Amino acid sequence: MTRIILILVSLLFLSALLFAPLAVVFASAFENGLGAWFQSFTDSDTGAAIRLTLLTAAIVVPLNTLFGVCAAWCIAKFEFPGKSMLITLIDLPMAVSPVVSGLIYVLLFGAQGWFGAWLQEHDISIIFAVPGIVIATMFVTFPYVARELIPLMQQLGNDEEEAAITLGAGGWFTFFHVTLPRIRWGLLYGVILCNARAMGEFGAVSVVSGHIRGLTNTMPLHIEALYQDYSMSGAFAVASLLSLLAVVTLIIKTLLEWRMGVHHR
Amino acid sequence: MGLRRERSVIPGFGITFGFTSFFLCALVLLPLTALVMKGAGMDWQRFVAVVTDPRALASYRLSFGASLMAAAINIVFGFIVAWTLVRYRFPGRRFIDAMIDMPFALPTAVSGLALTAVFAGNGWIGQYLEPLGIKVAYAPLGITIALTLIGMPFVVRTVQPALEELPKDVEEAAATLGAGPAYTFFRVILPALLPAILTGFTLAFARGVGEYGSITFIAGNIPMETEITPLLIVIRLDEYDYAAAAAIGCVMLAISFVMLFAINLLQAWGRRRISGAGRR
Repeated sequence: MTRIILILVSLLFLSALLFAPLAVVFASAFENGLGAWFQSFTDSDTGAAIRLTLLTAAIVVPLNTLFGVCAAWCIAKFEFPGKSMLITLIDLPMAVSPVVSGLIYVLLFGAQGWFGAWLQEHDISIIFAVPGIVIATMFVTFPYVARELIPLMQQLGNDEEEAAITLGAGGWFTFFHVTLPRIRWGLLYGVILCNARAMGEFGAVSVVSGHIRGLTNTMPLHIEALYQDYSMSGAFAVASLLSLLAVVTLIIKTLLEWRMGVHHR
Repeated sequence: MGLRRERSVIPGFGITFGFTSFFLCALVLLPLTALVMKGAGMDWQRFVAVVTDPRALASYRLSFGASLMAAAINIVFGFIVAWTLVRYRFPGRRFIDAMIDMPFALPTAVSGLALTAVFAGNGWIGQYLEPLGIKVAYAPLGITIALTLIGMPFVVRTVQPALEELPKDVEEAAATLGAGPAYTFFRVILPALLPAILTGFTLAFARGVGEYGSITFIAGNIPMETEITPLLIVIRLDEYDYAAAAAIGCVMLAISFVMLFAINLLQAWGRRRISGAGRR
């Protein structure tokens, strides 16, 4: 009896909070049929928003992957003073409000910011332009790969790498042929989550973007712009695309969890 | 340094440490310093005036109140969900388990837009609440619901593994010794899970205080009523009052640090609990 009640309570709670909102996105997006859905993407501002989101992710995700691998190698393979401090710093962006994440770059690169005058002199715009969006996105997403790899590499230990090096393999050879095959699923896991956050980030990007339509609006910002215009079908069409991204992310993530045989968090 | 290099034959310490530290300094440390310096550079009285402005105080009350409410809702329902997923087998369990992480993957703008549509006066759920006089969208209750969605996976995903590790024989022993189900739950199970529950609560609360994306859609953003602290920062920035934005930003940053510290303490406590139980 308790069993039935608890399962029902769980399902009701998740339905109201999670399933109904997801369903409403797709229901509203396809309300007027598939043709209308495709039609909403012919809008030039919507197209620009999609391109900007893809561009941002294409810059941020590889850079943060490189950073994550470097940080994990450094932290998992070596002992050095200040290591826990380094880990805390890597985790920090997760704890900071997205709005504060955007604000710090405005204070650095904005017109009244530390480098504001210098940037203006050299005619470089970062805030209210694409570079600012890329940098803010980089800040909020850079823990993802590192956090996934550090515990994984610590758990795998150094023995196999040490064996390879002792047998005369070079550093790069060891990384690509010994380490990478063992961490690839964990790496992919981190990259997938990093990408989802990079494409979906709202707060930090909103602060630095300036909301110029067709120029500095990413997909999440464009949803807000359309919503404020009461252009609901357009807003839901873009939202459905981002929901699709979330669903795909979740599927890959679940498959990777089965593959790695671990239950994550 | 020399000693350490000799002990490990693995190469690459210099370059990976250098790159990691450089990246962290440029991307995290320098900008955060800029924020703190901007706040610290203000005249003290002006700083106090900005962060204790009635509108700011109202926003703290709302941000804290709604986040506390949402985290409290989550420890009750999140616990029930975690319990259901760990203890019962039913069709669709794996699907539900995978869906728990949805709020992590779903952009906050989408959750905000979707929740607003569901809970608006003419929405799927809102149409039944409106006649009862319950206003969700464009009201503080909507903020709480959005924060509940955002915080839900934190609670479920911290309670779930703790519940899985809980040895079944403890409950059986309690039952054999004559404890009823309620007694066993409150005196045996709940104390063992307390560190995990509190960690989940704090994680959800910390995330809620900083949340912005989903709230902008559902809150209606009325000053003094449904204006959260992150939104106030955005408003100050739009007014080009960078100093005021930085001052409120410093308050939020300080809250983040306190939360981070609390989470670390709670996790250390949880680990001690587990290893302590193992020794016994």
